[in-house]
Amino acid sequence: MIINGVTIDATFAEAFPMKATRAIITAQNEKWAMISAQAMTGFATSVIACGCEAGIERILSPEETPDGRPGVAIMIFAMGGKGLAKQLETRAGQCVLTSPTSALFAGIDGGIRIPLGKNLRYFGDGFQIAKVISGKRYWRIPVMDGEFLSEATTGQVDAVGGGNFLVLAESQPQALSACEAAIEEMRKIPNVIMPFPGGVVRSGSKVGSKYKTLNASTNDAFCPTLKGETKTDLSPEIESVMEIVIDGLTKEDIAKAMRVGIQAVCNLGAANGIKRISAGNYGGKLGPFHFHLQEIMA
Amino acid sequence: MSALTFTLKYSPDQRVDMSPLVCHHLKELSLADIAALTLQSGKRKLRVDELFTIDGSDSQNIVIKNSVAKLDFIGKELDGGSISVTGDAGAYLGMCMKAGEIKVSGDAGLYAACEMKKGYLEVSGNAGDFLGAALPGNKMGMKGGTILVKGNAGERAGDHMRRGNILIEGNAGDYCGSRMTAGTIAVMGQTGRYLGYAMRRGTLLLWNQPQLSASFNDCGAHTLAFLPILFASFKSLNSRFADKAIAFNRVQRYAGDMSELGRGEVLVRL
Repeated sequence: MIINGVTIDATFAEAFPMKATRAIITAQNEKWAMISAQAMTGFATSVIACGCEAGIERILSPEETPDGRPGVAIMIFAMGGKGLAKQLETRAGQCVLTSPTSALFAGIDGGIRIPLGKNLRYFGDGFQIAKVISGKRYWRIPVMDGEFLSEATTGQVDAVGGGNFLVLAESQPQALSACEAAIEEMRKIPNVIMPFPGGVVRSGSKVGSKYKTLNASTNDAFCPTLKGETKTDLSPEIESVMEIVIDGLTKEDIAKAMRVGIQAVCNLGAANGIKRISAGNYGGKLGPFHFHLQEIMA
Repeated sequence: MSALTFTLKYSPDQRVDMSPLVCHHLKELSLADIAALTLQSGKRKLRVDELFTIDGSDSQNIVIKNSVAKLDFIGKELDGGSISVTGDAGAYLGMCMKAGEIKVSGDAGLYAACEMKKGYLEVSGNAGDFLGAALPGNKMGMKGGTILVKGNAGERAGDHMRRGNILIEGNAGDYCGSRMTAGTIAVMGQTGRYLGYAMRRGTLLLWNQPQLSASFNDCGAHTLAFLPILFASFKSLNSRFADKAIAFNRVQRYAGDMSELGRGEVLVRL
């Protein structure tokens, strides 16, 4: 399959089941909601070493938030429920509770309930106040700038992590521009995050390593500087490869995000140095969710 | 199906225990069975059809017409369905109700919604003393749900209240929120003496400055983030509480009762 001169490989992205949650951070203005959200989703690019994958889903208008203030929806993905709950609580405690004027709300009403402010309340040292409003429990925790308001719990749901595609370009700037265009479009899709810096990862990995202590190592088949010394997957004109990784609540959400992302890349086309779109998989051995690129773009 | 309607034929001399006439008790009964039920009235037992004309068939939607203040225990332990009362209701209206909805077009007597667990009670007129309170000797009053009083409430509203909302559009009598453990009482009108007497936790939300006892300490003026959420939860009510114009988030906060645990609060609109 070729779209606007860009070859879509007959391959698939391989994704795996994860647990996910969403939280809504509000603040006095969008600037401070975003600062808090960025802190909460920091150092959360890959479960390999961060314990979770997290990202900003979208900015919320005051009409969309529970307290009528500007807000940001963030999502966190982890391999298991316990890990997710721990990451959520730690991050909420260190990054939202501490952030001026912030408040924290559940972003998923259903699912298994996991603590949001439920345990953070103990920071109130006995001065905290619970309020049950419309069946939801909120904690009012006195802090130095006033009160930190947090919903007690949020929902944990089954999700999918590791959807991806690779952008193969003739130069590094061209690969990055294409990925930026893709991310801009993909951020409009609900229920997904692209957890890597700016949504783009330049160090895609393969499973395993020559070093016994490492579970993952550089994806040498897609490293342009190794074309002559490894079993490469790159043609001579490819000088740079970048990857976009997508976590989503359902496989349909990921497929939708992949489609708009790949389309945005293809819109730049071969004229802008974009040669191929490929995807990372492990031969179907790692995850049950397979996103076939050509099916998605059909 | 039309609502199961009980129309009072005459005003009884003695008080009447209406507790058998709740939705879950009448679910499986025919009209003849319902007519044959007996209600305690003073030392007598009266057949339902002796006191009421019975119409309709939907036992999950009960209407009591021409009601007077001698009909006690209306909606006792109601566990789903709705009861609509035209006229006044006696004492213990909605006592220990677990779910469902009760609406009264007139006044309600003593102990309305006492020890209520969940559901919704609306009184268009005034409510008597001990609204949403604990029964004498008990330590826990209302544990959940919402009470709306469009008129005034008597003394000791929310006594020993544990959770839920009591919304009073008019005035509240003395000892409002006394011995509260938690929950929210909102009063748009005036409040009486000894507001929040011995309250441990909970919130008294007021539109007018109360006369506070010395055991409440001023914590200053604040903008509280939970108030918009609380007011938003009232928007579906048929009440002035649903009016956006009356909502506020800027309050003077008083903590008390310091003679007790002191974790309660009186929030007064600024």
